[in-house]
Amino acid sequence: MEKENKPQKKPNSFEIFLEEIQHSSWIVTFLAIMTGIILGGLLAAITSLEMYAAFKVSFWDGIKTGLQVAWSTYSALFTGSVGDFGKIKIALAGGDALEIRRAFFPFFESLVQSTPYIFGGLAVAVGFRAGLFNIGVEGQIFIGALTGTWAGYAITGLPAIIHVPLALLCGFLGGALWGFIPGLLKAKTGASEVINTIMMNYIAFRFSEYMLRGPMKDPTEYTPKTPVIADTAKLYHFFQDPIRFHLGFFIALAVAAFIYWLLFKTTWGFELRTVGANSNAARYAGMSNIMVTILAMALSGGLAGLAGANEVLGVNFRLVPAFSSGYGFDSIALALLGKNHPVGVVLSALLFGFLRSGARQMQLKAGIPIDIISILQALILAFIAAPAIIRTIYRLKESKIKEEEFTLSGWGG
Amino acid sequence: MENNHSNNIVEKYLGKTRRIVMGAIFLAIALLVYFVFAKGNSADSLTTFNMTPGGSSSSYPDWVFPTNSYLSFLAGVCLILGAYQLVRGFGKLTNAFLALIAVIFIFSFLSWAASGGSMNLAGLLRITIIRAVPLTLGGLSGILCERAGIINIAIEGMMLTAAFVSTVVASLSNLWVGMLSGILAGALMGWILGVLSIKYKVNQVIAGTVINIFATGLTSFLSQKFIQKTDYQFLNEPGMFPQIEVPVLSKIPFIGPILFNHNIYIFLTIFLVIILSIALFHTRWGLRMRSVGEHPKAADTLGINVIKTRYISVILGGMMAGFAGTYFTLGSSGRFDELLTAGRGFIGLAAMIFGNYNPVGTIGASILFGFFDALAVRASILNVPVPSEFLGMTPYLVTMIVLAGLVGKGHAPAAEGTPYEKESL
Repeated sequence: MEKENKPQKKPNSFEIFLEEIQHSSWIVTFLAIMTGIILGGLLAAITSLEMYAAFKVSFWDGIKTGLQVAWSTYSALFTGSVGDFGKIKIALAGGDALEIRRAFFPFFESLVQSTPYIFGGLAVAVGFRAGLFNIGVEGQIFIGALTGTWAGYAITGLPAIIHVPLALLCGFLGGALWGFIPGLLKAKTGASEVINTIMMNYIAFRFSEYMLRGPMKDPTEYTPKTPVIADTAKLYHFFQDPIRFHLGFFIALAVAAFIYWLLFKTTWGFELRTVGANSNAARYAGMSNIMVTILAMALSGGLAGLAGANEVLGVNFRLVPAFSSGYGFDSIALALLGKNHPVGVVLSALLFGFLRSGARQMQLKAGIPIDIISILQALILAFIAAPAIIRTIYRLKESKIKEEEFTLSGWGG
Repeated sequence: MENNHSNNIVEKYLGKTRRIVMGAIFLAIALLVYFVFAKGNSADSLTTFNMTPGGSSSSYPDWVFPTNSYLSFLAGVCLILGAYQLVRGFGKLTNAFLALIAVIFIFSFLSWAASGGSMNLAGLLRITIIRAVPLTLGGLSGILCERAGIINIAIEGMMLTAAFVSTVVASLSNLWVGMLSGILAGALMGWILGVLSIKYKVNQVIAGTVINIFATGLTSFLSQKFIQKTDYQFLNEPGMFPQIEVPVLSKIPFIGPILFNHNIYIFLTIFLVIILSIALFHTRWGLRMRSVGEHPKAADTLGINVIKTRYISVILGGMMAGFAGTYFTLGSSGRFDELLTAGRGFIGLAAMIFGNYNPVGTIGASILFGFFDALAVRASILNVPVPSEFLGMTPYLVTMIVLAGLVGKGHAPAAEGTPYEKESL
């Protein structure tokens, strides 16, 4: 007790950084997204040969063609993600059920794409709130998918009402284990969770390759795939084909609400946020940093595991190699975009889901590679992480971060 | 003060724990070698190692020995070393003996796998060296950045960018210009990492993630849009650096074909490791750079320009990663494919940690990781009775164990990850 002459209560630089991001203004967020989209359009234009051909005619033709390329790119993105209003009108007037479903397909497909993003974004956000950087979401998604799939096909004879939650729980536990290990190492030995989660990612990739080739391979298939899960483990689909919109979306929303309650309405959530905001201060207040770190990493991994299980139980029904393709890394960007708040995470997950699903259509229709979305996301992430860039471009005044104090708990009660 | 006190306890505790854990590991390996590898064969079985790597112009005689007696002897060596480590401890030499034990373990494992048949040991070791090149260079890139206090998890993204740029430029000009362009592309990515993390004080891991996502997206986008299409194939034909058979040295039995018959990247990598070791630990520049990474405030007080030093280091680190990236296209595959670096940047990062932020340690770790990589690729041909996926996991597992402080106590630069802010007077 007498050693309290000089308590170290300063938050470290990571904590300050997260604090600033969580409190940056909505204008910066909006401008970051807009700037990213403008630069993406610019990229689509400058990599199109039509524009250079038009520049040879005249300067204005070049500019005009460039704008046209950017416009057609984004309109393909829009109709690919939300739907073509003309088609919807015709389909509704025609009254054919299949045509109507086809017209509404893009919109619901975007919601399907958003679902794993919600889980993944929540996973990263929970980590950030506890001052932990979980780069291992991608690996945790794989493990969650692996355990979820296993529960889906290996266990049979259960009614759906038990089987679905059980398979989701298995997915959660698989991911939670993958998050727990780096959490434990961080808490007990101080080993950086950043490096360990990266390592765990690659271990997860190799491990799932092994499982798909070996113990979990469907013997009737030539390529490495797991057996198809039992019908009782499939998440309920609200519409008939081709719409794949399933119960998982609402489960994701419910989980987001639960995380909101956990973080902002419970004592444990308060401890978690205190450790995250200022671990030294939390230690002086008598909170157990060790338990918070371990549990937060396990929870974070579990949420990521749910993303994986959800994809298998709701969309793919079986596990194939490399099924996730980058959900985990995108989740880092969208958690920061959503200011590590469940409501923000859901909103940015919707944005990313619409972008991704639209980009897939755009690739088919406009021939623009889907990877333009990664570029967009990287740009948005850079602008979110360095708000000073946005402030410089748009001559915004330095927001009085500390005074304004956005009341984050004011959202949605 | 309380902190210091508890640190001392941790130090003491770890020192003793480490001695015992290491001793236990040595003994466990001794038992493993004896009971599994030596006794796992019939008493009179022979191991044949083929000593002529593929593509070598001259041939060398095979190495044949009785598996059982050789391995029993090696198990005895491990046992003695383990007992000494457990009782007295090798102190500072522990890591060197750990390396020796690792070599014994691997040798025994291979002898066991090849017993009763034959294995191309020279070919395996030659591929090990090749596989270690990008890992070493990636690790050196990490060292350059992290010794100055900037975390670089963007090695992978820098490599990808440089691989792409060098392919296109080399296709249009020649290999050397292509290599140079890749290095410059890496420098640009390093500069971006610097601007984000030094000027804008973005968290360095997030800045690295930005670069990784961006580089993955951009190279895949441009690759799909142009160089993978048949109309643009001429942009994806950079050619490759030829193999150089070093006169005289390549004729040394065993070592010659493994070490001295490669393309220029292998020799340049060894050269860079030596140069960087000297530069880091024996020049004023190295001392300044390390002081910036350890205690920027003190360095600043002594008149070192912290910001400038960090920029230079991070750009040099980018150039190194860029050089590593050009290896994939100009030194290995001769064309660009999407995501061709396949996570090697992260293994390079792991090699850096395992090598304790030290160039020589990093090349050692890279050779070990490269060996597992080579073994994983050829596991089915070599009849290795372990799934190749598990061999592929080894680098990551080893790194995690090292980070946990059980085997070696890694020492990361103290100011790593912290943006430097000059205090106003």
